[in-house]
Amino acid sequence: MTDDRIARYEQRREELKQMTDEQLKTYFWELCDRLVDPLVDLARTHTSPSIERAVLLRMGVDSLSSQGVVERIYQAGLLGKGAGHVLLKLAETRGTDIKGAAAAILEDKDFLHGLFDEPAGTGG
Amino acid sequence: MSKPQPLDPNKKMDLEAIMEDLENYRPTRKGWVWRKVPASGVKMGSFHFHDMSEPLKNSIGLPASKYFDYIDPQPSCSVTTEIASGRFEDDLRRMRMAAWNGADHLMVIRTTGQSHIDGLMEGTPEGTGGVPITRKQIRASRKACDLIEAEVGRPINFHSYVSGVAGPEVAVLFAEEGINGAHQDPQYNVLYRNINMYRSFVDAAEAKHVMASAGIFQIDGAHNANATAKAGWMVLPELMVQHGINCAFSVASGMPKDLIGLSTVPPNAPPAPKLWYDLPYAVALRDFFSEYKMRAQQNTRYIEADVEEAVRTHTIDTLISMLTSADIQSTITPDEGRNVPWHYNNIRGVQTVKQTWAALDGIKELVSLNLNGPLGEMTRDIKERAVIFLEEVLEVGGYFAAVEQGFFVDSAAYPERNGDGIARDGQGGVAANTIVRRDPDYMAPVCAHFGDNHLPSGLNKPCNLIDGCTLCNPEKIVYIDELDPEDSAARRLEMTLPYRKGDLIRPEAEWAGDGTVLLQFMIPESEALAREAGLEVARKLGLQDPQVINLMVLQPAEGCFVEVKGKVDFDIDKTTLKIPPKVELLSEEELRAAVKKVGLTVVAATVGEDEHSVGMREILDIKHGGIEKYGVKYHYLGTSVPISKLIDAAIETGAHAILISTIISHNDTHRIQMKKLAELCQEKGIRDKMILIAGGTQVTGDMAAETGLDATFGRGTHGIQVVDAMVKNLKARGVI
Repeated sequence: MTDDRIARYEQRREELKQMTDEQLKTYFWELCDRLVDPLVDLARTHTSPSIERAVLLRMGVDSLSSQGVVERIYQAGLLGKGAGHVLLKLAETRGTDIKGAAAAILEDKDFLHGLFDEPAGTGG
Repeated sequence: MSKPQPLDPNKKMDLEAIMEDLENYRPTRKGWVWRKVPASGVKMGSFHFHDMSEPLKNSIGLPASKYFDYIDPQPSCSVTTEIASGRFEDDLRRMRMAAWNGADHLMVIRTTGQSHIDGLMEGTPEGTGGVPITRKQIRASRKACDLIEAEVGRPINFHSYVSGVAGPEVAVLFAEEGINGAHQDPQYNVLYRNINMYRSFVDAAEAKHVMASAGIFQIDGAHNANATAKAGWMVLPELMVQHGINCAFSVASGMPKDLIGLSTVPPNAPPAPKLWYDLPYAVALRDFFSEYKMRAQQNTRYIEADVEEAVRTHTIDTLISMLTSADIQSTITPDEGRNVPWHYNNIRGVQTVKQTWAALDGIKELVSLNLNGPLGEMTRDIKERAVIFLEEVLEVGGYFAAVEQGFFVDSAAYPERNGDGIARDGQGGVAANTIVRRDPDYMAPVCAHFGDNHLPSGLNKPCNLIDGCTLCNPEKIVYIDELDPEDSAARRLEMTLPYRKGDLIRPEAEWAGDGTVLLQFMIPESEALAREAGLEVARKLGLQDPQVINLMVLQPAEGCFVEVKGKVDFDIDKTTLKIPPKVELLSEEELRAAVKKVGLTVVAATVGEDEHSVGMREILDIKHGGIEKYGVKYHYLGTSVPISKLIDAAIETGAHAILISTIISHNDTHRIQMKKLAELCQEKGIRDKMILIAGGTQVTGDMAAETGLDATFGRGTHGIQVVDAMVKNLKARGVI
């Protein structure tokens, strides 16, 4: 433990003594909220293969198919669109249902090309 | 969906029936259910309880309950037991036994390595150290829980884990299948499973949001810090921080506070002065986290193999819960460390809580914590350290930076550092670099989805785009039965069929028919010799694979207590067992009439050098429902009475019967006394006129023939049985 940390700790102990138990509790939760804010922000603006598989499950795609489908969407750089979004769009384009779209991706990953107008991102 | 048959308390659960028609089974309810606790207390037998929940319809009380009208008071908190043997179908029977003993929170540990599987498992493969959590396994278990809760008359909360690298999918599975509680804490992934920290938090927000949508109660993972740190009682400020992070993150992810529970363990254990550490911590935690629920676990860090030691520490742990608060009281046994989930020790764990809770019922109305002394000072100290810990995390750049610098699970008391904390690299760990930024047109057309979601405007709910998601329309759930039919519950059930529905019996601990037994004995030798001798005893008794699972030195030279587990490799055939016929007693009216008719008189005494009198008094006295109640006249001669004196008294008083009580059994004293009674009566020529009866704690019903008496009785005998035996004897002789 460095001297700086000790000194700072001792100083903060003294300062915190001014707080009542209730104030200390309120302050504890303020700090917790400040600490998790950027974590929540990260979660709000990002997704992951597991999140997207969890979306497909809720859309009625079985767990085994969702593995392959999300992997192909990820490889095609389209995960940022949302795997459910990709399936909806493909189903619309091919005139099939969600399961049909999932089967199409598993059959041929090229179906994903040109699905969205803008160039696909790279993920990461 | 066909409705399953209700359970019959006297029949084994039909596991084959549970496995039928699972593709169409839907859970009967979703979400966590707390026990019903009447504000006015609960009246049971002749007692008023202050802090109990409603009693069960079917249950097994504590062993002593027979002295208290068989009451079985149920604590106000939920009570947990962990059941996971690797074969979930075997665990369903254990869940039933646990529920009958008072558990209503059944936790299933996952198979080793499942947290690192990037996706869902399906089917019912065998697990190691836990159960592979799959849709089929959950459905079958939930179906069994539905039957069990109807049988005992209280909802069962079924629980598993939403941790690991597939958290969001597991959460959806749990929400779809009606799981009631789950562990979820991204810090657990990061610190103990080395799953990438960014991935863990991104996934956790989605998982928590999904869990909240189905009312799944969440338990965090902070308790692992004091199970991991060398000195668990030193990491208290950090524990507050870990709890705080998960609570704040959960709320921000959309979870209501009443679904959020802290997994908290009293961190210390005797021989340390436990209360001086555990009580201030418990108070500090409940002060800061007053809006959240407390799941109090029992300490495992300092328990290795001795069940009795565990029970003692766990009794104190439960006391701490009662002096502060617990919404869930978890129980645990040393068996995980002994490699076998002994389910009967799980039951003992549940009993420890039930027994402590009953004994200390309403303790807070009788005693209060003195916060003006050292307790208040120590409580404040923990809080201040936790606050400064948080400040330092923010100063170094936030949570991820702090983890990279090894802030967590350092075994020193903050602000001290031992430098042995668990440091993780933000670019490393399982599933590193797998999160993806959502595009401006990111969309997920499903309910319970967390974060930015650019849905078309005008939708009532997101899943309108796809005519309903599985959470709104369960018909859409895709059920997968088995991936490998050879590694499945159906195959295992075929193997164990003879033990469940056939005529064969084998002892069981881990799996049906495993033959596992546990022996306890004392070897009067040193530790090294006792260990080897213990194994040899087990081998000579015919046990396979014997292992010493506990050894306690009683004195270095004089001896050791040894516990050995092993397996028997034979079956018992039920059809070859001779069960003593149950004696049908004559009616009370008939007995009274017969007693009156002959004026039935007896002489009674405790014989030999034996001063015990309680048992005999219970057989004789009217107030205990003894033979006097049925009109029998008795002459009680007292204790340590010689047999000859007793016989003389019987002749003098014209008694029809002699009743002896004999408790002491070393050197077969009880048998000798019983035989002597028969022989002396023979010598005096009164044997055919006198009914001879003996009783005692070591006496059994089948000793009459070998000792030459007319009837013998063991523990738990009532007066009416003795009268019944005498009247039947008189009838057989043609006296009545």
